[in-house]
Amino acid sequence: MAARSGHRLLALAALAAVLAAVLPSGVRAAPLVADLSEHLIKITTGFTGSRLLLFGATDGPGGVIVVVRGPRHPTIVRRKVRIAGIWVHGADVRFDDVPTFYAIASSGPLESLLGPQDLAREQIGTAALEMKPRTELMDDASLAGFRTALVRNRQHEGLFQTEIGEVIFLGEQLFKAKIDFPANVPTGAYEVQVWLIRDGQVVQSQKTPLFVGKVGLSAEIFDFAHEQSALYGLIAIAIALFAGWLASAVFRRI
Amino acid sequence: MQIYLPIAELSVNAFILLGLGGAVGFLSGAFGVGGGFLMTPLLIFIGVPPAVAVATEANQIVASSVSGVLAHWRQQHVDFKMGLVLLVGGVIGAVIGVELFSFLRGLGQIDLVISLSYVFFLGIIGCLMLAEAGRALLRTRGTGGPQARRRRRTWVHRLPLKMRFRKSKLYISPLAPAAIGVLVGMLAALMGVGGGFFMVPAMIYLLGMPTSVVVGTSLFQVIFVTGTVTFLQAVQNQTVDVVLALLLLVGGVIGAQVGSHAGRYLKGEQLRGLLAILVLAVCGKLAYDLVATPPDLYSLFTMTRE
Repeated sequence: MAARSGHRLLALAALAAVLAAVLPSGVRAAPLVADLSEHLIKITTGFTGSRLLLFGATDGPGGVIVVVRGPRHPTIVRRKVRIAGIWVHGADVRFDDVPTFYAIASSGPLESLLGPQDLAREQIGTAALEMKPRTELMDDASLAGFRTALVRNRQHEGLFQTEIGEVIFLGEQLFKAKIDFPANVPTGAYEVQVWLIRDGQVVQSQKTPLFVGKVGLSAEIFDFAHEQSALYGLIAIAIALFAGWLASAVFRRI
Repeated sequence: MQIYLPIAELSVNAFILLGLGGAVGFLSGAFGVGGGFLMTPLLIFIGVPPAVAVATEANQIVASSVSGVLAHWRQQHVDFKMGLVLLVGGVIGAVIGVELFSFLRGLGQIDLVISLSYVFFLGIIGCLMLAEAGRALLRTRGTGGPQARRRRRTWVHRLPLKMRFRKSKLYISPLAPAAIGVLVGMLAALMGVGGGFFMVPAMIYLLGMPTSVVVGTSLFQVIFVTGTVTFLQAVQNQTVDVVLALLLLVGGVIGAQVGSHAGRYLKGEQLRGLLAILVLAVCGKLAYDLVATPPDLYSLFTMTRE
């Protein structure tokens, strides 16, 4: 809880700094300025999810869309088929560049801000995500089935957010948005992109980096398991041997 | 208290894991079974990826077997020579099993193979145990002990290269126990079990070992086989989660000790019948999941490393 109120304080301080920089000046370099309350989400042993605050200012009225996209990895979608009464993995399709996390926040309904072509071009919305399937053997209808299944499964895992978050304007120029990350948030380099839209046109867009990483004990354990896997295995066995001996020794006396 | 498991990459309530470890440990202490066959499916049910559940459970079984074997050792109930033969086979089986595990994981069929193996073995063992418990219950009303059936000669006793196993009072070929060891090693790697549920009946009915040394010797072998599996899984698949293993084994060792004390005051045959029903219930749940139409026909596999 202390960490969260710390975030909030930091966010307020940063917001104040933006205010100070933006408000008094008549001339501004950029029509859109936005930043995150933090650029690093730390996954510690007690991690249960996190909330970031995105805040910014525009040079006048307009709509704002925020997209948070996780690191992209090739992802295999498998379809089960029934063989002799048992469900087994049948056909599969590999998609390249699938984000492991996807969340949108917007100051209004997406369709009212941008036209379908623009949404597609900017890859806003899961329907517009460019995920290249690596197969030539499949007809379009089946492929579409695999694609929607991919999105649906990610939503089920809580990693593609089903509801569009709110971008809240404080007055005409200042805005903020909350972005929630679940406990199972994948690690890696994220990208937060903010668009300023006026009259159905993108005025400007800005990208901000975000990194989700394990820190502390859990990071050390993870790195150790991957970098020194033989030693890790031996230590795991040693712990188990010791614990077994300890239990037997302790309970013998009782 | 939520705790983040660094390898399984999910956040679970630590008390659930301690409780699971304790409950399964109690059963294993009371019945002298490993408990891996219950723990691995339970871990999968709470959302731990099957690959991590299997590898981590192997690590936990190392701990519970050590504490079990020490108790049997003090009572001179371990045939080390037989254990050595079994474990040579077991290590070979574990190597084959982990290779097979990686191969099946690549094919995307590992979950299916794990489930099918469980349904197959739990089904057989559960039915045998239930029948045995039923017969024993009937027998206690009449006369005669359960020891009468040992010393049966089977094809096993005609194999070449015979060796003497003094503690087991046997003169048989080491090929048979080694073969049992190989199978147990493969099961340990594929299913995340110690393999006691398979090895103990095989030792009694196939090899004709005296029941008194069977459990201790089986536990002795299980330490080495699950140790090998832990090491190989850690090196090859990086799927051993020490935080998860630690929580389970803290609950597990305590539960096992409580269980083994409680076991002495409980009625054996009826309890074994109950355990048989529990085994069949887990088997039934897994079988149902294989046959029932899944809520989503599609599933994902993210390749974080290429």
